Parts: sequence; C-alpha cells; structure tokens
Amino acid sequence: MDIYLLEAVLNGVLLGGVLALLALGLNLIFGVVDVVWIAYAELVMCGMYAIYWLDAFFGWPFLLAAVAAILFVALLGVALHFFIIEPVLGSAPINQLLATGGFLFFVQSFATLLFGTDFRNIGLRLPLLEFGDIDISFARLLAFVVALLGAGGLYLFLTRSFVGTAIRAIAQDRDVMGLMGVSARRVYFLTSAIGGGLAGLASCLLVLQYDVHPFIGNSFGPITFMICVLGGLGNMIGGFAAAFIMSQIISIGGYYFSIEFSYVLAFLLFIVMIFVRPQGIFGR
Amino acid sequence: MTASHILAALALALLALLPFVAADYALHIAIQILIWGFVYTAWAMMGRFGLTSFGHGAFLGIGAYVPALLWNLYGVTPWLGLPAGMALAMLVALLIGYPSFRLRVVGHYFALVTLALSQVVLLTLVAAREVTGGSLGMTLTIEHSWWALQFARKEPYYLIALVVWVGGLAVWRWIDRGIERIALEALSEDEIAAESVGVNVLREKLRVTMISAALTALGGGLLTQYIQYVNPEVVSGVSVSLQIVFAAIAGGMRTLLGPTVGALFTIVLNEALRIGFGTNFIGAANTIYGIMLILFIIFMPQGIVGLIEGVSGRSLRRWRRAATVPATRL
Repeated sequence: MDIYLLEAVLNGVLLGGVLALLALGLNLIFGVVDVVWIAYAELVMCGMYAIYWLDAFFGWPFLLAAVAAILFVALLGVALHFFIIEPVLGSAPINQLLATGGFLFFVQSFATLLFGTDFRNIGLRLPLLEFGDIDISFARLLAFVVALLGAGGLYLFLTRSFVGTAIRAIAQDRDVMGLMGVSARRVYFLTSAIGGGLAGLASCLLVLQYDVHPFIGNSFGPITFMICVLGGLGNMIGGFAAAFIMSQIISIGGYYFSIEFSYVLAFLLFIVMIFVRPQGIFGR
Repeated sequence: MTASHILAALALALLALLPFVAADYALHIAIQILIWGFVYTAWAMMGRFGLTSFGHGAFLGIGAYVPALLWNLYGVTPWLGLPAGMALAMLVALLIGYPSFRLRVVGHYFALVTLALSQVVLLTLVAAREVTGGSLGMTLTIEHSWWALQFARKEPYYLIALVVWVGGLAVWRWIDRGIERIALEALSEDEIAAESVGVNVLREKLRVTMISAALTALGGGLLTQYIQYVNPEVVSGVSVSLQIVFAAIAGGMRTLLGPTVGALFTIVLNEALRIGFGTNFIGAANTIYGIMLILFIIFMPQGIVGLIEGVSGRSLRRWRRAATVPATRL
C-alpha cells in the first residue's frame, strides 16, 4: 500500500473522531428535542472564540480556558433552546429549521461585528509525531482520542445514569413520559446543555488545528448534517459510523483529487443516499 | 381595466422614469433591489407551495458563472450565455427534483438535499480554480456594448433589471392563473388527496421547480453583468441560499410583491445601517437582520406583506362594521 494513501486513511480516521463528536451532539438534540439545529457548527465557532480570548488574550492556561469554553457553549445551548427553539416547538419542522437558520445568520454576523473577519489562532502549535515514514499531527490524534472519550462518556451517561435514562425515554415516547411524571421541558433544557457542551468540547479540539474566524462553521456545519442524515437522524450509533465513512471519503478523495472535490463527492453521496435510503444507512 | 390595473401601470411608469431623476447611488440601490427581488420572487414561486429549497445558491451560482465563463474564455455573448446558464440550472433542477418528488423527499429532508446541492456547486466552482479563479473570484473582460451586455452607465442596467423583474411578476401571475396553481395548492395541503383527484403531482412540482431554477439563474447572470465580478462565496453555498430563503420569508412568500418587499427591506436596512454605523461595524447590519429574522419566523411567519394585509384587512372589516352599526340601529 502506498505510504501516502495510508497516511490519508489514518488522517481520515482522526478527522472522523471530531466529526463523530459533532454528529453525536446534533443527533442527541434531534433524537430528544426533535429539532434540527442548523446552527450547531456556529456553537463550535463561539467556543473557539471563547478559548481564543481566554487563552491567547487573557492568558488563561489552555485547560482552564477549555473547561470555561465548554460551560459557555453549554449555556449557549440552553439559551438557544429557551429563546428560539421553545417558541417554535409546535410549528412545522421547516419553521424550526428556519429559526435556527436565523440564529446561524445572527451568530456569524455578530462574530464579524465583534471580532472582524481576521483569522485568529491561539499560537499553540503541537508537534508532529513520526511513526516510521508516516507523520501524524499530535493535535489530530489528541482530538481523536478525546472525541472518543467524550462519545464513550455520553454513552455511559445515557445508559447508566437515571437522568440519562429519562432522556432516552423522552426520545422514545414524549407523551407517555409526561404521564410518568417526567418534565419534558427540563429534559429538553438538559439535552440542549449536553448538546452545547459537546459542541464546546469539539471547539477545544478544533481550535488546536484550525484558525478561528466568523465563518468557520460553514466548513463543518453542512458535513455534520449530512453525516447525521446518513446515519439516520437521531440514530447516534449510525451517526458515529457515518462520520468515519464520510471522513474516509473526504480524506482519500483529497488524496486522489483535491480537498474540494472530495467534499463534492461526499455531498453527492449524501444526495444519492437520501434518495436510496432516506432512513439512513443504518436506519430500520 | 380595474383600479388596481391603472395603479399598477402608473407605478410602473414612475419606476421607468426613475433613472431620469435619481442619482447614481439611488439607482445602484434600485438595481440591486430589482435583481434580488426577482431572485427572491423566483424562490418563492416554489417556496409558497411548500417546496422549501435551501439550495437556490446552486442555481444562482450556475447562472452567474456560465455566462461569465463563456464570455471570458470564448467570447460568447451573454445573450447566449444567460440562456445557457438557465438551461443548465433547469437540468440540475430536473436531476435533483425528479428523484426528490418521485420518492417524496419533503420538508427538511428536501431542504437538506438542496443545501447539499448548493455546497456541491460552491465547492466545484472553488475546485475548478484554473478556469474560475477559485475563491478569489473572477472579473469579467470589460467591453461596454449591448453585445457584451455591459454598460458604462447605470441606466441601461436599471431598465434591464426593471423589465426582468416585471417579467418575473408576470411569470408568477401566469402560474397563478393556470391550473398549476390550483393543483400545487391542493398538493401542498394534501398530496395524496390531490393525486387521487387526478392532479399529476410530480409534473406540477417539477415544472414549478424548473421555472424557479431558470429564473434564479437569470438573476445570478444579471448580477454578474452588473457588478462585472463574480465570487463563488457570494453567489453559491449556504450563506446566499439562506439569504434568499430569509428575505423571501421576511417579505412574505405567498404574495406577489412579498419577496420584492423582502429585497427592499433587507437592502435598504443594510445600506442604512452601513451608513449609520460606518465601515467600522461590518456585520452590524446583518446582526440586526439576523435577530429580526428569528423574530419574524417566531412571531409573523406570513412576512411583512402578510402582516400589512392582515392589519389592513382587519381595520377594513372594523371600518365596515363601524359603518354598518348605525344602519342596523335605525
């Protein structure tokens, strides 16, 4: 096997970890609240800015800034639910999509207003690791490992804890759970906080690899939706697997053609898949 | 000839006379309102029937780039380039629309499919940087003539934009008049019921989608002819696709002039805020715009024109009731 192809495959796996984390958060929200947050990647952008300002500007240690950013984005998720989602919960799905789309527009412009369109980075450059002839970026490896840990943690929380069980129960049947004395509203807020927190975690990992600018969400947002739909909206395990399929297409496609064409391939695959299997590859 | 016909003719005559009185800046704003109003109207032609496309950036991008590339690379006149772009947009609309409608991909699934389509066009334009200039965009080869559809002055652009915009409204009316509208409204309410009374759902949906795509492409082409520069991020991708959806909804997508009001409202707001805040606050206009959009969708999904019609309808009824009350007392 060609060594560069192998490197592309490995990089694809590493990219898949972060995409899986993003897809997990979006799927959780969709599965429980039944709303597609089209502005999910913009929450990641907010988290990246939070880390940038705390770490690079105010000189906080990176880990402290990261924790603060996760909490900040979790709060943002709650605010998004309270101000925008809750008023349209009863509306047609397309109106919910539009409301979060309005939020996307707002956050991008607000970030432009506050920070300008400069590309900013925290100036922390992690080393390249060499395994034989293969170079692996340590930041990507770290992102992959932490993303997997985050996904595992979420899985344990949802399956082992009482609150997690309540969240899963609401996702299965919100009417009956109301009769059982579970407040759907509180579960929605909690889920929005967790979904936001996952976006915050993703922002900590991405800020190590990419410069932050107001439109960075455009590079992750669309592909995250496609992954969720491919895996079956609301199906977390399916989304997890789809993230790795998509990341391989992007990575290997980028090796043979160019990175843009590999994304074109990924989006075309998505369009074809929606026609062939609208319930997702792993849907029932 | 009813009163509303005379009013419309009068308004049109006034609009046609605008270039003789307006300053260049006002004309520049007016041209943008007309072209974007035309694009938003094209979007609403399908949007109002429940076909919410998040991917009109794809058609706008095709319409903007095909004539520009044909002109820059081969010297083909936009008089041929614009129809070529429209034809390609229609073909793409057919390729995406046919399976969507056949397999009943609706609601937010349709929105996501079209969103993916707009990304495909954006990334293809960026990737083909040898011919398109990639993210840096592309400047039209300048030649001021009718043949090149480029002018040194703003007046010809204004008149072309006005004609095209009126044409767009005429197409809207034409769809309204025909059987298509009854069919489409029936199927946006209840597809299966519409089908069972003999409406060819697939054909009607495809027709309105392809018309919408072609007109959007024409709008994209005109925009490029006017600005004489084209950039993939500006004419395709998620941002402009959402901009189209929101402006049409803000104005009101179910009424003839709603989408144009959306264009007027957003462009004037943007200009006012830009002048008010100065260039130090880029993004200020869109921030306020974004907040308003969210409020629109939550509180008045029928848009500005819908709201005005609702209010004036109510006050008209109130006025009539007030007028009839003394009569009943007598």
